Amino acid sequence: MQIYLPIAEVSINAFLLLGLGGIVGFLSGMFGVGGGFLITPLLLFIGVPAGVAVATGANQVVASSISGMLVQMKRRGVDFRMGMVLLIGGLIGSFIGVQVFAWMTALGQIDLFVQLSYVLFLGLIGGLMFVESLRSILRNRKQGVAMPVRRSHVHTWAHRLPFKMKFRVSGLYVSIIPPLLIGALVGLLSACMGVGGGFILVPAMIYLLGVPTRVVVGTSLFQIIFTTGFTTLMHAVNSQTVDMVLALLLIVGGVIGAQIGALVSTRLQAEQLRILLALLVISVCFKIALDLLLQPAELFSITPLVLP
Amino acid sequence: MRRLWALTLPLALALASLPQLTGAEEQIVTGLSQNRVEITANYDGSNILIYGAVKRTAPPPEGPRLEVIVTVEGPAQPLVLRRKEKVAGIWINQSAVTISSAPSFYAVATTGPFTEILSHTDDLRYRISLPQVIRAIGITAEAADSPDFVEALKRIRMNEDRYHIAIGRVQLLQETLFRADVELPANLSDGNYKVRLFILRGGQVIDRQDRYIGVRKAGMERDLFNLAHEQPLLYGVISLLLAAFAGWAASAGFRYMRR
Repeated sequence: MQIYLPIAEVSINAFLLLGLGGIVGFLSGMFGVGGGFLITPLLLFIGVPAGVAVATGANQVVASSISGMLVQMKRRGVDFRMGMVLLIGGLIGSFIGVQVFAWMTALGQIDLFVQLSYVLFLGLIGGLMFVESLRSILRNRKQGVAMPVRRSHVHTWAHRLPFKMKFRVSGLYVSIIPPLLIGALVGLLSACMGVGGGFILVPAMIYLLGVPTRVVVGTSLFQIIFTTGFTTLMHAVNSQTVDMVLALLLIVGGVIGAQIGALVSTRLQAEQLRILLALLVISVCFKIALDLLLQPAELFSITPLVLP
Repeated sequence: MRRLWALTLPLALALASLPQLTGAEEQIVTGLSQNRVEITANYDGSNILIYGAVKRTAPPPEGPRLEVIVTVEGPAQPLVLRRKEKVAGIWINQSAVTISSAPSFYAVATTGPFTEILSHTDDLRYRISLPQVIRAIGITAEAADSPDFVEALKRIRMNEDRYHIAIGRVQLLQETLFRADVELPANLSDGNYKVRLFILRGGQVIDRQDRYIGVRKAGMERDLFNLAHEQPLLYGVISLLLAAFAGWAASAGFRYMRR
């Protein structure tokens, strides 16, 4: 069933869009990543213009993140205090990011900038996560069921900085400087790359802040709702590139997928979850790197200019 | 002697232009299967039948055959074309040219190859073939190999079904009746689509007629498009509320189902 999208001005099969939304929603509910780094390339691939893909992708991420977060909330898996600190950092970061975005667009190198950022961050984080989770799975195997007494979190350098704050849900007493900085970095990337930033937020919370995996997903989703919501609104006002019909189809698929994903994630161990996310992140990174390194089939690209 | 020249010159000129005068006696009469295209939610391209006849007061003249060219042109817009080049091992956008105007859609159907039926001067005058339609004036200054860029624009848009060249696809019966079918693609923008019909003999256009197809969004598609452009903030807020509601509904629905 073909459906015409009023803002994108293309006609696309409605079931294809529902399916795409479903896959991305599933991953979102499972890992606590928004899925923006998947939905945008997928929409581009099926012929949606780049501007519409970025803006509408953000809108879809809002819905799947809310759906996923509500599930986590039932389980006390959202640290609202931590989420707020990350969010404040995020707003500062996205303000800077908007300026960087405008500057790179003026230079005509925004695509390259986005692709390089993707490769750098996805590769780094995916690689680190993969190695770490593989190591912990192997360690668990060797030791069998007899595990030593586990601490609820790991002590890192983040515990020695000033301005400490108690995060009861996470069971942490840490300085607010690292979460603010991490939030700012995510906000910066979100504004530049059109992603929620969950794929950075989740590992950063686990490894840098020592937040227990149990609350990482929900807290990450909480922050993503607001950053992508802000992005959606900015795009709707500045460039009118949010396609409500496209978003609705992706959302319907996405929210259902997110629920299933959240259920599956409760059946998996934390290490397994992390290694799967690492593999996903690495494969997206690999794909983008290939695009940069191999000669593209079409060297030329068309950018419409707005009439003055 | 000079007087005689003054008398004969106009006569000679009139005689010289006689073939064209007889040509002008062939007039074109045209019609379209539809002059409105409404884009609704289930719009998936449409087919426009363009037909016509040649009206004559005398039998068709001897000499070159009658030929027909039909063009359909969508709203034009300026473009930037960029080309990727390999720099330090990676492919990045390197050179760019600006095209002052290129139509978002262009279809041309003819009774025969351009080289045989259309003279270069009339192509220049009426802007019929694609290189004439894409206004690439002054791009030679921007890149050394600017024709490659125009070629690329043509190639990309033909792959997107935005540009069609249908040589020999106008059916002409008895040098009088003709028809052409033009497919409008699913990825259509709004605006007035200009339809031009030309009849030619010996490479010269002898008559032409213009018609328009109004392409408009309709129903919900139009309302959403207008809202997005006239009330962008409201539109953005509605989009967010929709997302929030859908997220909540799915979560609530699943909880209900699991009970």
